[in-house]
Amino acid sequence: MTMTTILPPPPAKLIVQRQFYTFAEPPHPMELDSGASLGPITLAYETLGKLNEERSNAVLILHAFSGDSHVAGYLSESDTRPGWWDSMVGPGKAIDTSIYFVICINILGSCAGSTGPASINPATGDYWALSFPMVTIGDMVRAQKQLIDHLGIKKLLALIGGSVGGMQVLQWCVAYPEMVRSAIPLATTGRHSPQAIAFNEVARQAIMADPEWNNGNYYHGPGPTHGLAVARMIGHVTYLSDESMREKFGRRLHSSSLSFNFSGDFEVESYLHYQGKKFVDRFDANSLLYITKAADYFDLERESGNQLINPALAGLSFLVISFSSDWLYPTYQSKAIVSALKKNGSDVSFCEIEAQWGHDAFLLPNERLHSLISGFLERMHHEHCV
Amino acid sequence: MNTVYNQGAGSLRYDLQVIASWIGSGTRVLDLGCGNGDLLAHLKACKQVHATGIELSEERVAHCIQRGLTVLQGDFCEEISDYPNNCFDVVILSHTLQQIRNPKELLLDMLRIGRRVIVSFPNYAHWHVRLQVLFTGLAPVTDQLPYEWYDTPNIRIISIKDFQRFMEQFGMRAVRELAINTHHHETRGNQVRYLKNLRATYGIIMLELAQGTE
Repeated sequence: MTMTTILPPPPAKLIVQRQFYTFAEPPHPMELDSGASLGPITLAYETLGKLNEERSNAVLILHAFSGDSHVAGYLSESDTRPGWWDSMVGPGKAIDTSIYFVICINILGSCAGSTGPASINPATGDYWALSFPMVTIGDMVRAQKQLIDHLGIKKLLALIGGSVGGMQVLQWCVAYPEMVRSAIPLATTGRHSPQAIAFNEVARQAIMADPEWNNGNYYHGPGPTHGLAVARMIGHVTYLSDESMREKFGRRLHSSSLSFNFSGDFEVESYLHYQGKKFVDRFDANSLLYITKAADYFDLERESGNQLINPALAGLSFLVISFSSDWLYPTYQSKAIVSALKKNGSDVSFCEIEAQWGHDAFLLPNERLHSLISGFLERMHHEHCV
Repeated sequence: MNTVYNQGAGSLRYDLQVIASWIGSGTRVLDLGCGNGDLLAHLKACKQVHATGIELSEERVAHCIQRGLTVLQGDFCEEISDYPNNCFDVVILSHTLQQIRNPKELLLDMLRIGRRVIVSFPNYAHWHVRLQVLFTGLAPVTDQLPYEWYDTPNIRIISIKDFQRFMEQFGMRAVRELAINTHHHETRGNQVRYLKNLRATYGIIMLELAQGTE
């Protein structure tokens, strides 16, 4: 006899479409912080939800260094992997796409549809590679603003981003405060620390020491797959924590006994190898060089005092969030952001979420994080849209 | 969830009702140790104040933010030092003064960032407390001060009279004062008008710097 269970029909897949916007066409390239200029620039982006008539419900999500515009939903009916923040973004979720118009843009210099070193330079017909100009967090945000202008949005209800995405959130606020109502910088910093720069430099050296890197000209060959995998392994160590590694792997072996050779004995090693290998299939080594450098250059205190201390930010609302076990962007760095914002009289909330998963915690489903973000957004919506 | 948007006035603790009644509409208010944010939610909903709270517990901070309040997680003794002078109209320290290690520095800092300060604290000079010490010879345990000497968070012994003397000594003056002899946690209270230091269990005082006149 067979048992028949009546299951509810699976919820309809949320299908999103990657879109592209090209600007800064010659002879009007975009000026960059380095003094160089770049054009044309294409940005890949995705949107969810509906922009209301007043265009007041737009929420811009800024992705982290290896992210892309595919924040939530599926790209097709047959797609099996949802976007990178699908637990957070969607109808009825913390960032509720039945209320907000959500935009996510692949950053300048990346390799997931937006212009970067792995794109073709139309002037030469060849890959940009290292002839791609150095871009900063400021340049990424400047490019995003072009797209937001293009979408006809004068004021963003909220900016949300973690890590390098959080840097963009802060940069948006200091560069275009008049376009921002509120901001949620997560697990991030106002100035990249020497420790974070150090890890980035080791990652870059791993790529550049790979002979297949070939000074960045590898697009016709296999590329620095080993160097890129090692760079990702280093990155992953900084995203975890002592506690989470002990819990996740302990000293467990992946075979029954010690091998007494260098093939790798421990589960933590296989995990890192797997993460490295997986990354090679989806990310461009030169993009990693450019984006890590942009993060290293990020320092809101470099020129003429702290840019977060600015009367133009007085009218903005902030929700700053850190995670207790994040040692890449530790809580004291979030507190420094809060301390600066308090001086403006800005409306600023701060919470350090107790979480053992290190820097990665901001990307993992987390009840507390969800309720903080949904509560804050609900207030913004109530104050500015209702 | 009891959010700011569906906030009623009904169930607020009596001492908080008194504090709320002293706060003007549309003012800028900072509540130190705001707990679950009941006072702030009430002030925001009923008086449209620009309300901020500081609270140590992650859980309570999250609760406050979720219900639509502006709250910072941290130790308020440290957190208030970042604020510029006079950026609040009122800074509130309710039912916590007796737990502060450096109350003088804290009160001066509160008066630096706020025009006025409201403090509330249990009165150690209530006759019940006096009699307990006199007749039992033991550290007093009352409704308002329910702890034994070894587990109490209350490290300061303050009476209403002590606080009045303190204000005089350090150039502060009371703008409003109210003494009650009902438990501060109840929603209805009984005011004490005479012999406050002897008869009141709880004092609520709004103060400012003496030279800062209206």
